[in-house]
Amino acid sequence: MDVTRIQDRSGAGGVAPSALHERPPTHEGEIRGGVARALAHDSAAKHVSGAARYIDDEPELPGTLQVYIALSPRAHARILSADYTGVRQAPGVHAVLTAADIPGKNDYSPVFGDDPIFPTQTVEYVGQPLFAVAAETIEAARAAAKHAVFTFEDLPAAITIDEALVSADAAGEDLLDAHTMRLGDVDAALQSAEMVLEGRVEVGGQDHFYLEGQIATAVPQEDGDMLVRSSTQHPSEVQHNVAKMLGVADHSVTVEVRRMGGGFGGKESQPALFASVAALAAHVTGRPAKCRPDRDDDMVMTGKRHEMRLDYRVGFDREGRIAAADFAHVVRCGYSRDLSGAIADRAMFHADNAYALPAARIHSRRLKTNTVSNTAFRGFGGPQGMVGIERAMDRIAFATGLDPLDVRKRNFYPAAGGALTPYHMAVTDSVIEDIVGELEASCDYRVRREAVRRFNADNPVLKKGLALTPVKFGISFTTSHLNQAGALVHVYKDGSVQLNHGGTEMGQGLFTKVAQVVAEEFQIDIDHVKITSTTTAKVPNTSATAASSGSDLNGMAAQAAARAIKERLIDYACEQYHVARDQVVFQPNRVLIGNAEKRFADLVGEAYLARKSLSSTGYYATPGIHYDRESASGTPFYYFAYGAACAEVAIDTLTGEYRLLRADILHDVGRSLNPALDLGQIEGGFIQGMGWLTTEELWWDKAGRLRTHAPSTYKIPTANDRPDNLTVRLWEKGENRAPTIYRSKAVGEPPFMLAISVFSALTDAVCAAGDGKAFPDLDAPATPERVLAAVQAVRGVR
Amino acid sequence: MAEAIRTIINGQERRIEGVSPTTTMLNHLRRTERLTGTKEGCAEGDCGACTVMLIEPDEAGGLRRRAVNACIQFVPSLHGRAIETIEQLGRNGLHPLQQAMVDHHASQCGFCTPGFVMQLYSGWLTGALTDRQSVKDVIAGNLCRCTGYGPIIDAGVDLARLEPPDTAADDAVLAERLRSLRGAETFAYEGEGARWFAPASLDALADLAAAHPDAVLVAGATDVGLWVTKLHRELPVLIDVTRVPELHGWSNDDLTVTLGATVTHREARRILEDLHPDLGELMRRFAGYQIRNAGTVGGNIANGSPIGDLLPALIALGAQLQLRHGTVGRELPLEDFFIEYGRQDRAKGELVASVTVPKLRADQLFACYKISKRFDSDISAVMGAFRLTLGDDGLVREARLAFGGMAGTPQRAKAAEAALVGQPFDAAAAERAAAALRDDFTPLTDMRASAAYRLTVAGNLLRRFQMETGAAGTRTRVLDLSDVA
Repeated sequence: MDVTRIQDRSGAGGVAPSALHERPPTHEGEIRGGVARALAHDSAAKHVSGAARYIDDEPELPGTLQVYIALSPRAHARILSADYTGVRQAPGVHAVLTAADIPGKNDYSPVFGDDPIFPTQTVEYVGQPLFAVAAETIEAARAAAKHAVFTFEDLPAAITIDEALVSADAAGEDLLDAHTMRLGDVDAALQSAEMVLEGRVEVGGQDHFYLEGQIATAVPQEDGDMLVRSSTQHPSEVQHNVAKMLGVADHSVTVEVRRMGGGFGGKESQPALFASVAALAAHVTGRPAKCRPDRDDDMVMTGKRHEMRLDYRVGFDREGRIAAADFAHVVRCGYSRDLSGAIADRAMFHADNAYALPAARIHSRRLKTNTVSNTAFRGFGGPQGMVGIERAMDRIAFATGLDPLDVRKRNFYPAAGGALTPYHMAVTDSVIEDIVGELEASCDYRVRREAVRRFNADNPVLKKGLALTPVKFGISFTTSHLNQAGALVHVYKDGSVQLNHGGTEMGQGLFTKVAQVVAEEFQIDIDHVKITSTTTAKVPNTSATAASSGSDLNGMAAQAAARAIKERLIDYACEQYHVARDQVVFQPNRVLIGNAEKRFADLVGEAYLARKSLSSTGYYATPGIHYDRESASGTPFYYFAYGAACAEVAIDTLTGEYRLLRADILHDVGRSLNPALDLGQIEGGFIQGMGWLTTEELWWDKAGRLRTHAPSTYKIPTANDRPDNLTVRLWEKGENRAPTIYRSKAVGEPPFMLAISVFSALTDAVCAAGDGKAFPDLDAPATPERVLAAVQAVRGVR
Repeated sequence: MAEAIRTIINGQERRIEGVSPTTTMLNHLRRTERLTGTKEGCAEGDCGACTVMLIEPDEAGGLRRRAVNACIQFVPSLHGRAIETIEQLGRNGLHPLQQAMVDHHASQCGFCTPGFVMQLYSGWLTGALTDRQSVKDVIAGNLCRCTGYGPIIDAGVDLARLEPPDTAADDAVLAERLRSLRGAETFAYEGEGARWFAPASLDALADLAAAHPDAVLVAGATDVGLWVTKLHRELPVLIDVTRVPELHGWSNDDLTVTLGATVTHREARRILEDLHPDLGELMRRFAGYQIRNAGTVGGNIANGSPIGDLLPALIALGAQLQLRHGTVGRELPLEDFFIEYGRQDRAKGELVASVTVPKLRADQLFACYKISKRFDSDISAVMGAFRLTLGDDGLVREARLAFGGMAGTPQRAKAAEAALVGQPFDAAAAERAAAALRDDFTPLTDMRASAAYRLTVAGNLLRRFQMETGAAGTRTRVLDLSDVA
């Protein structure tokens, strides 16, 4: 057998003719769209031409009703009476939906059973769903809802963290139990430390501002079944919640989603509400129903990133080496539990960021407020936790007179391993020293530090700031059982492949990456792999596409499915052609069998005729992860993703206005499955993170009304907020030490936290505005107003 | 007398009848035409996902094209105009812009993408894409939550390098078709019990406005559109003022420029930046590009927003407002037009016709500053505009200090002005004027800023003005800093 000849990349090498193939196979050197290729998003051409369909774009079935959800006007009140007479009589109305109409359970929560679809006794935040109207048009439904007459008796409401602390202490109970992680003897280490300082940083929440708002449609089926289309990251949970609401088994509900117009965590637990309401309307009326809140209702009604208060106390030496760190987190959860426990935990898991803390204590309280229930958002609490230690780093540098980068570098987790996290996990894969070292050199940190110093000496009004900050982010759901995924791969007898898995597409390019994995496995061009909508009917019991896990989990599951089919094809070839297994080799769009070869499609066709199964599920569960809450220890993460960013800003000390002038990013994605998509995740995550820490301010009035509930008042970054000099590079040495799919690393969330460099640079600039005696307690979001207040504080202006 | 709306959508002639005149273009496109490539992101003109290209005959026999937010435009405004949506672009394969977007990986979730494409495409056709900064300015009213914008900007820069096609011949034909669809007289439309008039002359407009004193006058619909999409108000009678040629002109003499009421903000930028670069910069950051394409100077004035970015600038410049009621015209200083929050000196049936802005003289100092949470497409927390007239002795002879965001209306700071008059404009005078602002204003705290911030910044803007006009040459604006290389 002359393998070398057949593998000839020139394609000119003579191939031994064989009776096996009808047509000679093509001889590309490699397949189109295998792994590691910078392939465009599978829907890119459809996106740019408006042909990509989102749920609201699907043709409506005849008789479809539009559902409007009416919102609570009160932050906390007892419902004394509700009269829907006028609503029912309004033109175009088919049904008024209340708790009494729900055949099953009146709840859309992910875990705790504390999110009523429609409240019966009390309302607990402004914007809580009260009831819904199904009508011919959304305008008719909305107009009709105004005719409802409610009487309320107001109850005390806690809106802010301070108010929540008072009410929790008075009640002797927090929304969720506090949790503490401990490493070493913190009190002793603080006591013996050369220097100790303490401070507080408040970190605001964030609205997801997915461009496509929440939406669900429901079509009633026979036997009381329900077909739901939901813009969701978590079809299985929507399925379960709709079934629970209808009082039917999970198998009676099918949930489908082809793509979302953005998710960012906001479509993890929240979509269950809209799907449940649409399904309820469909159940009550027997008609298809659509529920799509407008932007304002969406922003008022749905959960956001958790606002947190972080108190820190650090002990360190004059060289900036930390001896001990003590953190106290207070988490504003909103009115219900939702995912707040796991989110608050992840803030704790990232309280150390990339720094080995010899002794640490992290205490976290999770408080109830009469505001919307906060929920998952890219980073899942991790970003907030990291802000605490990064602020401490800046403050240590200020206290010691060292460059903040030097303080950071002296505390990194060593590459050699040996250090434990505050939750007692050994960090064995730290590459942060390498990454930061490379970035420091490539971005001219030291030279620019000098230039910034000179600029600040020359300019009384404008001040510049510079910061280089690291990211270490733990990859895996910290709720260990969620780390599993399934896939379903069909090979049709013409050799075309249909791919399905439990992951959802929200723009991150997951579908493209998983298709690349399948193409690579079969060694066929990616255009032979059809990407299909996520549906609970094909892959059951899926986890949310969240925690950056999409490619890690679904890529492995799809590979397993493809591999199972491939094994059967190899079995067939061995039987049929009497060759050993290692003599069946999948090459680009063809299969080498002994010294003959045939097109992939031909082998598939033969296998079909020989009655071989060409469909398989695939399954993957991340090995070796666990976390024990009792002892607050374990190995909750499969591995860590690393990155670093350097940001330079300028502030105006008269107005607090500022600009990001340059940013340099170096990020570790392991061996990239798709460099183009990964770069997109990194840049997009960075800018989104910058928005969180700068202009995106959620503002509630005293009555608990969110007053920033549309883009007119809630300001995410625009094209002009991105500096032209923004360079993003993938770390070339990157390789996952854990055996992930092609040794890649998760990329969805980690880059978000690179934006802490901007916040840190702003702090640096504010420092430069003072006389060096006071350190600014700049809180986030660092709006121009907060920057100006911090400037005044360091200048001693009241 | 009710007529059908005659329009051309993606090259297809359409008659639209029976629908309410406050039906938005977006809902019509998505629900009736089933053109679902155009998306609803916010229904208030702040995200750009609904961007379409509006096409109408210009005065020279050709076409005027502009990108607008379909979500807040009303369907009757399509009468005699055409629109193109994302479905039209690339119907014969991807347009070079679309290909560039794909090549640069400029879409992730894709929901904002059609809006960006239509915005860049319209900007390109109208010559607005010149360099990288112009690309960013053109798309600053389009929000993307996924990409961080870099790849979209890169695609726009690629497009800017291409020469737009010469469409003059086709344009003339389409212009003629649209003119014949439009008709020469007042367009009167009725649907679901509400009426829409689009008069074609100032006299006809004045008559209609007098005859329907409760009618809502609508120009760019950048505010009135939100009355419908956000406040869900019913508007029984609307009068579209955008077809009145007399309102759309502008004139220029040695001492003043006069802007017709329906001069759009984008057109106003070109006129005003010649008066002072700060005015150009103000208009660059006034809302988003699509809003500037639709919103008008007269609408901005008539609405009397307490902030109304442009208003303090015009007041500081000493602008005079011309109003018309039936056949009677009158003129008053712009600042006197704003009586209190939500109330202007405009009788029912009276309309804003034009505003006359004195040009700056050699003995005058001027600056205006917009302070907002975000630089682009945001409403200012504080807007300050200052004009000082200096005597031969170098002392301040007249001071006009106008602020937005500090009171229920745009207002002059009389106490601060008094503190400056008769003084040299030095640091000490600026300090006294800043201190005097406490007598002028008691601002509110809201989601944009606290009262304390507003007062501090208002004073600091006076300090900034003094620094910038003084000898020290202190750098005071972060936007003037170039990116770090």
